[in-house]
Amino acid sequence: MTTPSAPALEVKNISLAFKGVKAISDLSFEVAPQEICALIGPNGAGKSSLLNILNGVYVPDSGEIIFEGEHFHRMQPLEAARRGIGRGFQNNALFSGMSVADNVIAGLSRHARATLLEEALLLPRARAEARRFRERAHEVLRLFDLERHAETTVALLPYGVQKKVELARAIVAAPRLLLLDEPLAGMNSAEKQEIAQIIARLNRDLKLTIVLIEHDIGIVLKLAHHVVVLDYGRKLADGAPDTIRDNPEVIAAYLGHDKVEIAA
Amino acid sequence: MSDIELRLTGGIGEGASTRTLVGIAAAALIVALPFLATEYWINAIAVPFLILSLAGLGLNLLTGYAGQISLGAGAFMMVGAYAAFAFQLRLPELPLPLALIAAGIVAGAVGFAFGFPSTRIKGFYLIVSTLAAQFFFEWLFLKFPWFYNGDPSATISLPAGLSVFGIDLNSPHGRYYLTLASVAVLTWLSYNLVRSQPGRNWMALRDMDTAAAVIGVPILRAKLQAFAVSSFILGIAGALWAFAYLGSASVQSFGLTRSYQILFIIIIGGMGTIRGAYFGAAFVSLLPLALDWLFQRLLGGHVDAGLLQNIQKVIFGVLILWFLIKEPEGLARLLQRQRGDLGNRRLARLKIRRQT
Amino acid sequence: MNMFLETLIGGLLAGTMYSLVAIGFVLIYKASGVFNYAQGSILLFAALTFVSLTDQGVPVLVALAITVVVLALMAVGIERLILRPLVNRSPMTLFMATLGLAYIVEGTAQGLMGSQVRALDLGIEDLPIFLGDIMISQFDLTAAAVALVLVVALSLLFNKTRLGVELRGVADDTRAALSIGIDVNRIWQIVWTIAGLVGLVAGLLWGARQGVQFSLSLVVLKALPVLIIGGFTSIAGAIVGGLVVGATESLAETYIGPFLGGGITPWFAYALALAFLFIRPAGLFGEQKIERV
Repeated sequence: MTTPSAPALEVKNISLAFKGVKAISDLSFEVAPQEICALIGPNGAGKSSLLNILNGVYVPDSGEIIFEGEHFHRMQPLEAARRGIGRGFQNNALFSGMSVADNVIAGLSRHARATLLEEALLLPRARAEARRFRERAHEVLRLFDLERHAETTVALLPYGVQKKVELARAIVAAPRLLLLDEPLAGMNSAEKQEIAQIIARLNRDLKLTIVLIEHDIGIVLKLAHHVVVLDYGRKLADGAPDTIRDNPEVIAAYLGHDKVEIAA
Repeated sequence: MSDIELRLTGGIGEGASTRTLVGIAAAALIVALPFLATEYWINAIAVPFLILSLAGLGLNLLTGYAGQISLGAGAFMMVGAYAAFAFQLRLPELPLPLALIAAGIVAGAVGFAFGFPSTRIKGFYLIVSTLAAQFFFEWLFLKFPWFYNGDPSATISLPAGLSVFGIDLNSPHGRYYLTLASVAVLTWLSYNLVRSQPGRNWMALRDMDTAAAVIGVPILRAKLQAFAVSSFILGIAGALWAFAYLGSASVQSFGLTRSYQILFIIIIGGMGTIRGAYFGAAFVSLLPLALDWLFQRLLGGHVDAGLLQNIQKVIFGVLILWFLIKEPEGLARLLQRQRGDLGNRRLARLKIRRQT
Repeated sequence: MNMFLETLIGGLLAGTMYSLVAIGFVLIYKASGVFNYAQGSILLFAALTFVSLTDQGVPVLVALAITVVVLALMAVGIERLILRPLVNRSPMTLFMATLGLAYIVEGTAQGLMGSQVRALDLGIEDLPIFLGDIMISQFDLTAAAVALVLVVALSLLFNKTRLGVELRGVADDTRAALSIGIDVNRIWQIVWTIAGLVGLVAGLLWGARQGVQFSLSLVVLKALPVLIIGGFTSIAGAIVGGLVVGATESLAETYIGPFLGGGITPWFAYALALAFLFIRPAGLFGEQKIERV
């Protein structure tokens, strides 16, 4: 990676507490453009909460987020989407009663311009927009080899396929920053490899900046350019995968029991 | 697998040609009905059934598609009825179809306003807002004589009866066709909506609202749209209920019991499907008749009306529970399953539920 | 000033009745996460059962005992047939289920015991008493005292007994409660029984005033704004909410009503609750929910 002039995302002194219990304390780190940044740490380290802050689902008690040079104390979910922050969720948060294609098209919502009346009366603009959305959705589905499932209700699909649908939905609106919460969770190793490759490809081909949370350290160390280690809401380490692997504090606190996996 | 999927979306499948034929036959039957049925059947069953279907459709957009529960269906019907009355009385030059649309728009605006709390609150909390509408309008339309034009019994009925561009529609046939036309047009519009972006936004909101916001679905706008469109349809249904079915109406015609009834229609018929409203309305209209018939047969004509009403209540209660527990997608799904497809869909859904 | 005080006190006393009804909701909501729309029907059912028994000449205490047994049986039935099959379903589904339950209970109550108005005499004098020159209804005062006793008894039950500890465990985290061996189904049965008893007390007091009749079941509609204002999870909230609704309702009817043509009580509490929702969505004593995604 070349050293870029400004970070794509900067988390600055963010703190968050739930009912008085600290979830994140004074956390700061930077994400360079077009890098894959992995957040690791035990459950309850505040990783998901941080993604939720970046998306505007939670409001931090203090601190700020700097995304592409703009400062935010709090993000609004819609604002985040509008500024090009995509998101995949930890437990599938797909719209279970809708088809795969409709789930993905829902990700294009903020680009919809046709009015309610135009949609109800099937006027030309609504129809053109619908066609455009469908084409775009199929383009993305092709990327994930999901086209044959396009009209299936997502609730019918196996978990692994659903995870791919979620990725497709997250990138359909061409975000510039993609936040992924445990995209590999609950998968077998073949599926993990496949998703990891897709993530690497999205990063390389679409020049996407990616922040992801993952527990499989073996894959993280291969996939990420940059790793931030969290523990009880504080930053334990921050650096390239190699330095993280050798950081004694990290090994003591977190990597210890995963050594076998790294070796493998 | 693939042909099941095709049928799932109701699109073009292998059985398409037979389905088209069945569709045409059904349409012909519906249009010709007044010439096949007695006046009693048209007045007392077909017309109210169609209007209840329409009301169910309206509520289904809000509750079944957008996931916003409402106990105020009666209130929005009431607003539509009183608005239609006001337009016909005070703007007689406005033709009936336009008066109906205008009444729908008034009801839609009211729905929009009472939908506002939904931007702050969720789930069953929302019944507060819709119940507020229910009680407020019952009070409003009874308190101020302007709304019922000072009628001594505080009821409303159209000064010139029903007529469209000089055609008199006061006969049973006229009422039937007016209702049928309204229902057909609004069903078509609703069908278009639920299959396009607004419908997708509503379902996204229903299935997982936080995720919807994060991926860019404008959930506040979607909610308010759902309230407005739903109330628009309910408003027209209310106007039809007052003038095409009852002839003259009062606030009691649209009380809380009506709101429950419309909600029951969609629970029984199937939430989140267009045809569910029709199934539910058919059920709700026919059950009392069936019970009445049954009790006449069993007890030889000496049934206390009050008792019959209570038995009906218990049966409805049991059915609601049965459907919620055994078949949350209502008659629409039950009938579909009878036709033999998609047994495993629910299984998949159950699996999902366990995972999350 | 006297008129103001009289209106206020009358409203507060009426409010204790709302509180009483609302407590039944809070108990069930805390234990099983259900907004029990059928609470009003259960209240009607309980009062009607009692009155039907005493009308048949059954001694009061025996009638009371039978009613309690009937309510307990009903609670067990509800838990078995409705709550258990619907476990893990959305709050909205549960709410609609209680709407169905309300129809069953109402239909059964009126089908079996008739729908005419029944007089109920609890032997409470309803002569007004005077505090200085402020008039207070003795009946309201008695009702308020009963409500107070009930609240104290419930707080003792929940704070001092093993059952209370278990119940709070279930309310805080059903899964955790299960894992440490608390029989959640039994807790539900007990809580629904207690809520039924609270309903019985409320039903008897309301019934003594306006006769035992169908309209008793409509108190559910009064309790909803009370809960919104007080919060769904707090007994203290139900009490304060009831008092707030009772007082503001009667003040509004007296001072604002005349400008609007009167009769604003049916919707005033709702308008107040909506205003509250905008200011404090969780209610005065409720807990803010954290969303997990």
